[in-house]
Amino acid sequence: MSIRTRKTAAALAATAAISLFASACTGSTETEANDDPNAETTLTLWHGWSAPSEVKAMKENVERFEAAHKNIKVKIVGNMTDDKINQALRAGGSSAPDVVSSFSTTSVGKFCSTGAFVDLNPFLKKSDIDPAKVFHKPLLDYTQFEGNQCSLPLLSDAYGLYYNKDAFKEAGITEPPKTWSEFDKVAKKLTKTKGDSYEQLGFMPNYHGYETTISHYAPQWSPTYFDADGKSNIAKDPAFRDMISYQKKLVDKLGGFPKLKKYRNTFGDEWGAKHPFHTGQVAMQMDGEWRLGMAKDAGVKFEIGTAPLPVPDDQIADYGKGYLSGTIMGIASTSKKQNAAWELVKYMTTDTDAVVAFSNGIRNVPSTIEALKSPDLKHDPSFQTFIDIAQHPKSNSSPANVDGGAYHLTLQDVGLRYESGKLTDLQSGLEKAAQQIDTDIAKLK
Amino acid sequence: MTTHTLRSKRRRSALRTVAFLSPWLIGFGLFFAYPLISTVYFSFTRYDGFRPPVFNGLDNWTYVFSDYPMFWPALRNTLWLVLVMVTLRVIFGLGIGLLITKIKTGTGIFRTLFYLPYLAPPVAATLAFVFLLNPGTGPVNTMLEWVGLSPPTWFTDPDWSKPALTLLALWGVGDLMVIFMAALLDVPKEQYEAAELDGASAWQRFRFVTLPNISPIVLFAVVTGVIATMQYYTQPLVAAKVASGNMGGSGQLFEPGYPEKSTLTLPQIVYNAGFQRFDYGTAAVVALVLFALAMVFTALLMRRRGGLIQVGD
Repeated sequence: MSIRTRKTAAALAATAAISLFASACTGSTETEANDDPNAETTLTLWHGWSAPSEVKAMKENVERFEAAHKNIKVKIVGNMTDDKINQALRAGGSSAPDVVSSFSTTSVGKFCSTGAFVDLNPFLKKSDIDPAKVFHKPLLDYTQFEGNQCSLPLLSDAYGLYYNKDAFKEAGITEPPKTWSEFDKVAKKLTKTKGDSYEQLGFMPNYHGYETTISHYAPQWSPTYFDADGKSNIAKDPAFRDMISYQKKLVDKLGGFPKLKKYRNTFGDEWGAKHPFHTGQVAMQMDGEWRLGMAKDAGVKFEIGTAPLPVPDDQIADYGKGYLSGTIMGIASTSKKQNAAWELVKYMTTDTDAVVAFSNGIRNVPSTIEALKSPDLKHDPSFQTFIDIAQHPKSNSSPANVDGGAYHLTLQDVGLRYESGKLTDLQSGLEKAAQQIDTDIAKLK
Repeated sequence: MTTHTLRSKRRRSALRTVAFLSPWLIGFGLFFAYPLISTVYFSFTRYDGFRPPVFNGLDNWTYVFSDYPMFWPALRNTLWLVLVMVTLRVIFGLGIGLLITKIKTGTGIFRTLFYLPYLAPPVAATLAFVFLLNPGTGPVNTMLEWVGLSPPTWFTDPDWSKPALTLLALWGVGDLMVIFMAALLDVPKEQYEAAELDGASAWQRFRFVTLPNISPIVLFAVVTGVIATMQYYTQPLVAAKVASGNMGGSGQLFEPGYPEKSTLTLPQIVYNAGFQRFDYGTAAVVALVLFALAMVFTALLMRRRGGLIQVGD
């Protein structure tokens, strides 16, 4: 063998060795739950809540669990972001979580398809729990992917309409709008211009108006995101075209995109006291149930009304529906204590008393069918709107997919370009976006 | 001395050399060679970080160059920033350095004033800039409107977001100012005196005395500037999140590169693809493109002839 050949061979061998080493460092999806759930053990629970009242509610919930399961102690780690969760799920190790709670329902497709979370179906079966009898369908839609129920809902969020009752009274409006055509008129009536801006805007329709994203508007049109073959349906289902067209008309009626965009830049932080609904800059706001508590904490001076979001005129029979989302809970596939972890997940997600108590503490909508009907729920009367939305048979959510939330962003990009006037052929934009979504999903499958 | 003894001596000498080199070799192997080879390997696989990688040929490469909607905008933005931001930072840093060396009184105060912004943490500095340049409530636009100008909407306008980032980078030019100041003070005074005696103008003294003397420092500033801009991540990400009104907290979908992908850079999509979409293959391809670009820029700049700066002029 010549020196040159020998060197080449050595380089190839080194590359191969490093490659093998690299592949040996990868995670495993094997999930053999053989731990004894009755043994003395300590679980690590990661969650994303950070506000003192929320952290307290979580602690109290865990204490109730520990009281009922004397052999299991739970180490709680709060304020965990998705990035930290992703990293820990990959790395595993003794400090990694056994049980994870995440706000990102869009991550479920990734968690299920990659095996980051274990499939809970065998655990549910073992515990004789039929998830369809415990949770409403939309909640099961966003906690599973292709039959793999890798997470369960831990409280939920329902989206509705907040309105300033004082502003309504002043404008002579007696009740919240039920259809989008009524909504147009109400929003216009509530709008007071001031120079080239607004003294009060009826409603901020822009997709960057905080919660006014396509995925929150669209459920009022009952859309189908994917067809039976798993292909994007956004160019075929007229719900998307109708919704985006409606929003654009509303933008134009309320002053046009540049003026609204400039006004939006005067808004305070979505999660702070200076939220535009709190300050009276907007008279109506699309938001989740949490806004009620936040607005009261911010000390708003007006009376707050809540209602379901309007529906298209031809779907008035479905009035009352809304978008549902929520927090999810799963077991890390790297956990060595999966049976014990299941006890915690089962308790927190399916035990009616636990869900009700946690809902009272966190001020989110309960996630189980029983808890939604519980007389022990202690909420403001206005909160009932969201409990009703959560139980409405036509309420819906967006399905989990392998690309996480990328398909939402691709669709939202069409909306953003259309509302600003940069895209004029909506159908063509939707068709291209559908192709892009299919390509992105195919890439990850 | 026998051949055997000679060989043994040479082997011992070689081993000693390797032993002395070993700290560097280990560092190089662990932190450069291994990651680089792994990245090349992952770029030909479908890998999500959980399941073992599966060889998928050129799929990732085809996807990145033909179908990945974030790649070309990110590449264009990165090149824009390399060309415009780095050039302006060097010119501005040199200009401030020249100014400070000429000031007779209060030098310490001015040095401190110009250097301090560099010490501001990138996130805090970016937040402050987004606040200052807020089109609705920011003091900059309010003042521009007072004088009758129609101000841009800065971080919310795709045409103005990169210039706004450039302003932020110029504000934090203190690092270059210090380096240039040291280089300028090091230029032999006799050369200026000789040039003055020859009747050279201020521009000629700068062109034919100052610049040749500080050209290695200019080269250093440009090369490190290009490399730093290739890694530009925090400022555009924070600016996009704040300006979009979506801090992208858990549960919220953040639109990378807001507005309209105009602040998207290659390092952002490496992170987004690899760690948020669990698509290591795509991330590896983008990382390799970034590596190749950094090599090309550095090679161009380091060339003795024809490059931006000619070393040793």
